[in-house]
Amino acid sequence: MSWATRILKVGRIVQATPAAPARTVSPPTGTRASLQIRHVDAGSCNGCELELSGAFSSVYDAEQFGARLVASPRHADALLVTGVVTHNMRSALIDTVAATPEPRLVIAMGDCACNGGIFRGGYGVAGIVEDFVPVDVELRGCPPTPDQIVETLRKVTGR
Amino acid sequence: MKRRLADAPAEAPARPRVTTSVTPGAPRGSRAPVASGAATAALGVLGVVVGLRAVFGAPLHASIGWLVPFAGLRIDLDPLGGAFMALTGAVAAAVGVFAIGYARREHWARFPLVMLPVFVLTLLVVPAAGSVTTFLFAWEAMALTSLALVLTEHHRDEVRSAGLFYSVLTQLGFVAILVALATLSSASGSGSLAGIHAAADGLSPALRSGVFLLTVVGFGSKAGLLPLHAWLPRAHPEAPSPVSALMSAAMVNLGVYGIIRIDVQVLGGGPRWWGTTLMVVGAASAVFGVLQASVSADLKRLLAYSTTENMGLIAMAIGASMLLGASGLPSVAAIALAAALVHLVAHAAFKALGFLAAGSVLAGTGLRDLDRLGGLARRMPYTTTLFGIAALGATGLPLGAGFVGEWLLLQSLIHTPQGDNTLLSLVMPLSVGALALTTGLGIVAMVKAFGIGFLARPRSEGAERAREGSPTMLVGMAIAAIGCVVVAVAPAALGPALTRVASTLPSVGGGQGPELGAMLRLPGAAGSVSPVVLAAALAVSVALVFLLVRWGAGARPAAAVRPLWAGGGPALTPRMQYTATSFAEPLQRVFDDVLRPETDVAVTHVAESRYLIEKITFSTAQADALEERLYWPVVRAVAAAARGVRKAHTGSIHLYLLFGAIGLLVAIVVGR
Repeated sequence: MSWATRILKVGRIVQATPAAPARTVSPPTGTRASLQIRHVDAGSCNGCELELSGAFSSVYDAEQFGARLVASPRHADALLVTGVVTHNMRSALIDTVAATPEPRLVIAMGDCACNGGIFRGGYGVAGIVEDFVPVDVELRGCPPTPDQIVETLRKVTGR
Repeated sequence: MKRRLADAPAEAPARPRVTTSVTPGAPRGSRAPVASGAATAALGVLGVVVGLRAVFGAPLHASIGWLVPFAGLRIDLDPLGGAFMALTGAVAAAVGVFAIGYARREHWARFPLVMLPVFVLTLLVVPAAGSVTTFLFAWEAMALTSLALVLTEHHRDEVRSAGLFYSVLTQLGFVAILVALATLSSASGSGSLAGIHAAADGLSPALRSGVFLLTVVGFGSKAGLLPLHAWLPRAHPEAPSPVSALMSAAMVNLGVYGIIRIDVQVLGGGPRWWGTTLMVVGAASAVFGVLQASVSADLKRLLAYSTTENMGLIAMAIGASMLLGASGLPSVAAIALAAALVHLVAHAAFKALGFLAAGSVLAGTGLRDLDRLGGLARRMPYTTTLFGIAALGATGLPLGAGFVGEWLLLQSLIHTPQGDNTLLSLVMPLSVGALALTTGLGIVAMVKAFGIGFLARPRSEGAERAREGSPTMLVGMAIAAIGCVVVAVAPAALGPALTRVASTLPSVGGGQGPELGAMLRLPGAAGSVSPVVLAAALAVSVALVFLLVRWGAGARPAAAVRPLWAGGGPALTPRMQYTATSFAEPLQRVFDDVLRPETDVAVTHVAESRYLIEKITFSTAQADALEERLYWPVVRAVAAAARGVRKAHTGSIHLYLLFGAIGLLVAIVVGR
């Protein structure tokens, strides 16, 4: 048995994935392609970033559900904002949203992004994400676990 | 040329105008620029007509006894001279039309306005000269008028320095030519070039070789070949742009004409080392010129070094044809000769256009420093397009004017049957390498000139306020651009003239050159290419893409206009752009040993603490390495000798009288 037939015989070995959850929003691209996400750290403690890297790691593999991180808002369909909005990042966040082509989605990730969390009212804090840009999807948790992140992204991508 | 990047002043230094002090400029709306430009263009058209008549008709002969003292003016115009005259005339026609608008904008004084047509006249007489005296007279008149034109803006130091360099090197070349032609003339006992040609076979080989070496030095200095090229990157940038165009597209050609006329036609070729020498000189000039062009940040200096490069390629092609002709391979030699002639025409077209476009930029912005230009595509769309055509021509890519000549040269080098000929099997592959390196670096240089100079955003106020050239300037450039396109797409137009010219040069396989039809075919070699089909394919595919985009446009939403994405930071400034210096930096690093750039980093610390830095000054200067190591030792030696002689000049009149008496005594004793 050659290696080629062995590969064919074994086929794909993957963990069983839970059934796709119902969509909460219509996918911004309006196509069948993957959702391209630009991550913006508006003033996070980096807890969310740790979990986010876990969600896109080989263990949780969010990419298999059609979500992909990209390097520029010009390439993105959606923005994933973590942390409270600090004074220093306020204009950068607004610029980044403006630089993302429409139709676009803004996903606020973590308690800080949604309601300020433990940093609410801090001296360097300008507000929460919704104060400056419209938010389409909220993802609570401090920080949300990779499972939660993947589940929320699946609700957006619909896979 | 010293540039400072860190603490550079934001605005460009104002360029002094000619009209400020002594020289009264032509008043606005004056007819003088029109008259001068029209006379230049008319002379050019006359040159084209007479030249083409000589190429295709019977040779012209004329003799005017009273015009030049003692010897008289003798004109013999054969197809070879006619072709150079027609080429010169075509360049002059474009330059003349351009000069009308340019002289108005730059407020030229009367003197350059008068000298411009005179310069063109001397350029036209050189290839028509039939005798040694006429040739030398026209040659020197050409050198002097061009020097006068180079010195148009003589109140600037750089211009005076360029003028000095130019006059010294051109006179050095003239001495070499004078000695060579005088030797030939006395040895053969004839003053006319035809007479020398008839007696050339009877001359001793040593004399012939001596004449060959002298003519390579003399004509090479005019063509900008190494090592006497140093005037070119100085004089061409400092001369007014129409003059630069005339010098770079017409005058340097005459250096090539001299080599072809004297060494190939009059002497009828020579031993194989002649061709090898010319190929080595040509290859060195090509590689060195293109290297300097690719690191140069001055638009006109870049174009001037590109002239050295292209003249090097042409010299290489002539050398190859001489070597192949002497090796008994006339059919390949004919391809190399055709390569030289086609590239000569192509170079004249794209270099004239390049310098005229650079002049339009200079008139529109007051700048020629690429590091301060940029953003001209919006403000000077026609000039940008025309310069793009010139830059494409200079790269040697298909559909550029330079492609056909370089392709023919490459084919002749590759298809040389080497057999057991050691010299050929050594020289030809090395030449292919030099040609490939030259073409590759040439693309870098031209991408830099076009991309940094014309695209992106303006890097200075001058570039921001750029205004498009006047209609006559655009028409002048358009004439040159038509020449570029014809050479690039339909080289077949050159075919008949090429055959006629080649027939006058039997020693290098004249008369059996490549077939320049719609398809370029080479006799005896497997290689063909069709620029027409390439152009048609490109046009069709561009049209197809355009139609597809238009067809799909309805399905897409309208484009949204948003500010430039700056990574979330504040807006991008023009200073954040790539500059010409930074574009060439990797190349400068790779060729560090050849180019020897001078870079200097000075760090100023804050007075209170040496751990804090107040400012960092980075300066880099790119001098001509060959000039530093070859010229300045000679200049220093001459200066030292002059200091020694000065010791004898004490100011005492008695001593001077003694010197005179001793001199007279020596003369009487020696001449007794």
